[in-house]
Amino acid sequence: MIKHLLSINQLSREQVMRILDTAESFREVGTRVIKKVPALRGRTVVNLFYENSTRTRISFELAAKRLSADVINFSTSGSSVSKGESLKDTALTLQAMGADAIVMRHSSSGAPHTLTKWVHASVLNAGDGTHEHPTQALLDLFTIREHFPSFEGLRMAIVGDVRHSRVARSLTLATVKMGGDVTLVGPPTLIPPQAEQWGAHISYDLDEVLPKLDVCYMLRVQRERQRQQYFPSVREYSRRWGLSPARVRAMPEEALVMHPGPMNRGVEIASDVADLPRAVITDQVTNGIAVRMSLLYLMLGGDASKTAPQERAAEPERTAEPDQPELQPEAQPEGLRLPQTEGASRG
Amino acid sequence: MDAEEIKRAVTRIAHEILERNKGAERLVLVGIANRGDHLAERLAKEIRRIEGAEVPVGALDITFYRDDIGMRREAPEVHETRIDFDVTGAVLVLVDDVLFTGRTIRAAMDALVDFGRPQAIQLAVLIDRGHRELPIRADYVGKNVPTRKDEEEVRVRLEELDGDDAVVIGVKEREPA
Repeated sequence: MIKHLLSINQLSREQVMRILDTAESFREVGTRVIKKVPALRGRTVVNLFYENSTRTRISFELAAKRLSADVINFSTSGSSVSKGESLKDTALTLQAMGADAIVMRHSSSGAPHTLTKWVHASVLNAGDGTHEHPTQALLDLFTIREHFPSFEGLRMAIVGDVRHSRVARSLTLATVKMGGDVTLVGPPTLIPPQAEQWGAHISYDLDEVLPKLDVCYMLRVQRERQRQQYFPSVREYSRRWGLSPARVRAMPEEALVMHPGPMNRGVEIASDVADLPRAVITDQVTNGIAVRMSLLYLMLGGDASKTAPQERAAEPERTAEPDQPELQPEAQPEGLRLPQTEGASRG
Repeated sequence: MDAEEIKRAVTRIAHEILERNKGAERLVLVGIANRGDHLAERLAKEIRRIEGAEVPVGALDITFYRDDIGMRREAPEVHETRIDFDVTGAVLVLVDDVLFTGRTIRAAMDALVDFGRPQAIQLAVLIDRGHRELPIRADYVGKNVPTRKDEEEVRVRLEELDGDDAVVIGVKEREPA
């Protein structure tokens, strides 16, 4: 299997299927009275979160605990990081403490990739800048697979702030890799023109796209961006790009509504819509634990000593590019890079 | 062992289970994936034929309870676990195709106690090939097959998975280093 999970691009179709198939077994574990198996007893998983994300951190924490691994939560506030410790020194400290896996969330694209150069542990990207959030994409695919037998020809729209969303990017790459058809929908200011090179279509008209969908994936509106004039007002955004009950009626009967959370009810998704049976948003949360268990198991369940530690590179920290050429079999098109002026979208 | 011999062994084990437990009351069968679960289904069918009783059948994957996780290069492949009945208070017959070192059975018993507290756990295997590494023995054995520990391996073929029923002793394939 893989040593690190940094980007969807590094995974083959077969590896994605293996991760999802293994997650099926872990979902069953989640239905038991005792929701815990001893598979990773004695292993240590560190959650290293430079950005707050309670949901993702708890999901990873539960996943590791249900595998009987020991979990250390390391967040930047109130830790040595707030005393000025560099990423490298934090990494070396965790290494010295014997971490087997480091789950990392960082506001800079490429930070988890940089981390792999300093530590022997497996690194899991839990969201880096505007780059990627691969575990979210995998849990979304897992949730879709519960309703659609195949990803081949699956019609998905990802609606909203694509520009700042690492979820949009990872999910587009993953769905296209598995043979699905993705349309990115939103105001032109929030759709990066290069996004076509992810293999997606672009549309600026939600109502035109809705009748031809299997999955309508709503992204969170980041109100903090309102200052930056990406759209005139939250109310207007909601009217043009929000998923209202009327818009849901325009979708095919069996089409799913998805959202990575946390939701702004009444902004990108109407409250009534979020509570429909076809809105599988809480399933996404439940499945997130199973998929993360699957990844931790597959990455740590082999003999780590049989994989050589990565070469240490004398690279200054936080200058890593979002693209990781040595990990990706296919070269990425140049246009994949997103502007990195703002902070990342929460996923 | 050919298809006819396997069939007779399954029938005999079904009789023995009923005899030992004085009927099928409180009896549940749990087969260890990937072949024991199919054997458990066959045993349940025989018990139904002999006694007219329906016995709950489950499948158990023991991968997460193995004692060699992290010792192989790749994480072992997992199968489905499906135990949709309460095992607490039941007489649980664990079913597997081959009993060898006993480590699988140790893992299975660890897994089972996470599902409840059976009144008793018994073990039924189609083949006992010896070379135990743990203090474990089977209550019901289809056939004892003496083998060489390191050079030979016993493969059970089942129609449900392999297209035919047979037990074959082969030369052990070396695990890639």
